Amino acid sequence: MKAADSAKPVGIEVSLAIAEAVKLAEAEVVAAYPITPQTHIVEHLSDLVANGELNAEYVPVESEQSAMSACMGSSAAGARTFTATSSQGLIYMAEMVFIAPMMRLPIVMAVANRAISAPLNIWNDHSDVMSIRDCGWIQIFAENGQEATDMSIISFRIAEDKNVMMPVILNLDGFTLSHFIEPILFPEQDKVRQYLPPYVTDHKLDVKKPMSMGLLGGPEYFTEAKKAANDALLASKPYVTKAFDEFAKIFGRQYKLVESYRTEDAETIIVSMGSISETAMVAVDEMRAAGEKVGLVRLRLWRPFPVEELRAAIGGAKYLAVVDRHFTPGFPEGPVATEIRALMYHEENRPRISNFLLGLGGRDVPRNHFQYIVERAKEIGSTGRQGHFEMVGVNE
Amino acid sequence: MSKKINVTVEGAVKVKDIPLGFTAQPGTTKNFKTGDWRSARPVLDREKCVYCGFCYIYCPDGVYQDMGAEEKYYKADLDYCKGCGVCAQECPKKCIQMVVEEV
Amino acid sequence: MKYLNSMEVPFEKVTAKTFPKGPDSLAPGHRACQGCGEVLALRLLMKALGREFMAVSATGCMEVCTGPFPQSAWEMPWIHVAFENAAAVASGVDAGNTILRRKGKLPDKRIPVVAIGGDGGTADIGIQALSGALERYHENFTYICLDNEAYMNTGIQRSSATPFGASTTTSPAGKLSKGQSTWKKNMPAIAAAHNIPYVATASPAFHLDMMNKIRRAAAIPGPAYIHVYAPCPTGWRMKAELSVESARLAVNSRVFPLYEIIDGQYVLNKKVDNPIPVADYLKAQGRFRHLTPEDVAAITERVNHEYEYIAKMSEAFNGPRF
Repeated sequence: MKAADSAKPVGIEVSLAIAEAVKLAEAEVVAAYPITPQTHIVEHLSDLVANGELNAEYVPVESEQSAMSACMGSSAAGARTFTATSSQGLIYMAEMVFIAPMMRLPIVMAVANRAISAPLNIWNDHSDVMSIRDCGWIQIFAENGQEATDMSIISFRIAEDKNVMMPVILNLDGFTLSHFIEPILFPEQDKVRQYLPPYVTDHKLDVKKPMSMGLLGGPEYFTEAKKAANDALLASKPYVTKAFDEFAKIFGRQYKLVESYRTEDAETIIVSMGSISETAMVAVDEMRAAGEKVGLVRLRLWRPFPVEELRAAIGGAKYLAVVDRHFTPGFPEGPVATEIRALMYHEENRPRISNFLLGLGGRDVPRNHFQYIVERAKEIGSTGRQGHFEMVGVNE
Repeated sequence: MSKKINVTVEGAVKVKDIPLGFTAQPGTTKNFKTGDWRSARPVLDREKCVYCGFCYIYCPDGVYQDMGAEEKYYKADLDYCKGCGVCAQECPKKCIQMVVEEV
Repeated sequence: MKYLNSMEVPFEKVTAKTFPKGPDSLAPGHRACQGCGEVLALRLLMKALGREFMAVSATGCMEVCTGPFPQSAWEMPWIHVAFENAAAVASGVDAGNTILRRKGKLPDKRIPVVAIGGDGGTADIGIQALSGALERYHENFTYICLDNEAYMNTGIQRSSATPFGASTTTSPAGKLSKGQSTWKKNMPAIAAAHNIPYVATASPAFHLDMMNKIRRAAAIPGPAYIHVYAPCPTGWRMKAELSVESARLAVNSRVFPLYEIIDGQYVLNKKVDNPIPVADYLKAQGRFRHLTPEDVAAITERVNHEYEYIAKMSEAFNGPRF
């Protein structure tokens, strides 16, 4: 398909749109291993390479672990590098995922979020990426096809920024986003080149200027190495904003680190990530129509965590209904709620926070789930009880 | 940071001095002298030496330097020699002796 | 794909006269043990290649002793990521170099990419990544297995490359045990089964042979695998000065035959018609001290069988060459 005309939306499956965006970003190496529901992304990239539409090396590796390893090799060689995975594949490559940001290799990886086995399940939740939460990558959650497409380009811009030099994970919900056909506006190639110049770096393997990468760090260096990498991750936030703003200037679509929807004067705020936020917005509209003071806050950037932006977005809300798509067995709250509660603890007027697990392993999340969690957040909050997470709709 | 209790570690690198990606420049182990690992040092009898180069070839640490066609021998750099004795063992003329280092 | 006659691919031979006398490609100051035969092999292999290549290490003795931050012994571009993935990282480096060459971002010149792992990083935990890389046929890819026959970096645990009868910390000799109870995994045959153009065994005691093999491996367009015998005085409980001698005895007793498999054809490089007794090879090493004459006889039988297999395969093709 030709994706040149930015004026007219093209009806296309989101996975294919991501592959088209990676083509527009002129990725130079793609190393990937197939796993549902990531496959359509890498199949389409293979097609683009096979047909000469994308001048890249496609490395059909024998496992996800080798996928990330090969990506680290090609990125270290100085090539713009992309991969995609999901679920078991992500945790199979986890060992390598943690190493990439320490080596400051600006790889971009799309993760079609899917549940972690067992039981074996190919459908959507966030347990894959949450299991590697502390890997040190910049992590973004896309809500819809347009955003996933745009973010595929933006992620390279962020990762390769000389002030950043960090790998980026682009999360998109498996099936519920990856396999939907949506109308997509594709940026024009010339403008993408203007936004994302070719990757040129000194931080690479070079026979003319040799360097050793991936050293042993003893006790007298390890703490400082970790601090340096974390400082770099935290310092990337303004460059993420800058990449979003400059994208808006050229392409007209403005993204923010945290999105707010109808949160003005809201008493209760739903906090969510990913594609279910679209359902949540419809539910918010319905509740607003019924007189409920409710709004939605969506985290687009998950790492580095947009602390100030989230606090500002929550404002003076009384109740927070935090949605988790993953939970921490043996702990009362899921990761998103735990973090938000920790961040709010020091606030004088902090909201009452309750935590809801929605859409585990592909369980459908209809609008009334959001109506339900808003009711429950108010109930739990007004009793003063600090709740245990609730698995919404669990059949006990 | 408490000023009363010093928790800094001597010899620790500063965060700002960590190079991007925790890299190193080539060949910099030369800054680390392994010579003090040695309990015996190779001593060459130049009378017997035939300049065959086996000491140079078989030294695991690459400490032997070619002194050239005029001098016709290889000299061990004792800054790095760990005293393993492979050179003495492999010397076809048996002209290298391992002499115990005096403490 | 065009049939390649790898035997005819030219490369610059190392001879006693043309031995590269310039500075090493692996600097001193590395932390390998005294008399380490593995670092000797590595030093000579790197020396044979010069500096116009890229090296990828698996985690292991050679990686930790050559790359303690803020120092590095490597004079060429070098990268280490993890234990089991050197072959995969090297495939990525080659893919990166390939596309950058094609786009004119790098000079249009082959850059050999050499992955280096120990026996554990090759025959055990890294075999999947290695198999994938060999099968994918990366053009500038060479893999070196430095085989010291156990997990030495973690403290002498057995691997699938540990020879029968060797006592290690996880295959200890004891009342009910003769040490390692299995025969060494045949990695060169596994590599050859990928139908790659070049497989070889090499020993630092036969340094010219070894250095020419890495040069040929790097010259051949296509993946290559070199299995290098790497004596470990520490792990084998052997005097440090005996590492080269033990490597020599291994070849001369037929324990470690030197051969190549070029385009699938076996070539025995060193014919051993009158082998020294296997017992002479075993006796210098503490790891074999517990073996009885009957055990040694069983090992000798197996050693001869494996040697004869290679000799016969070699005869079936071109015959032995020296």
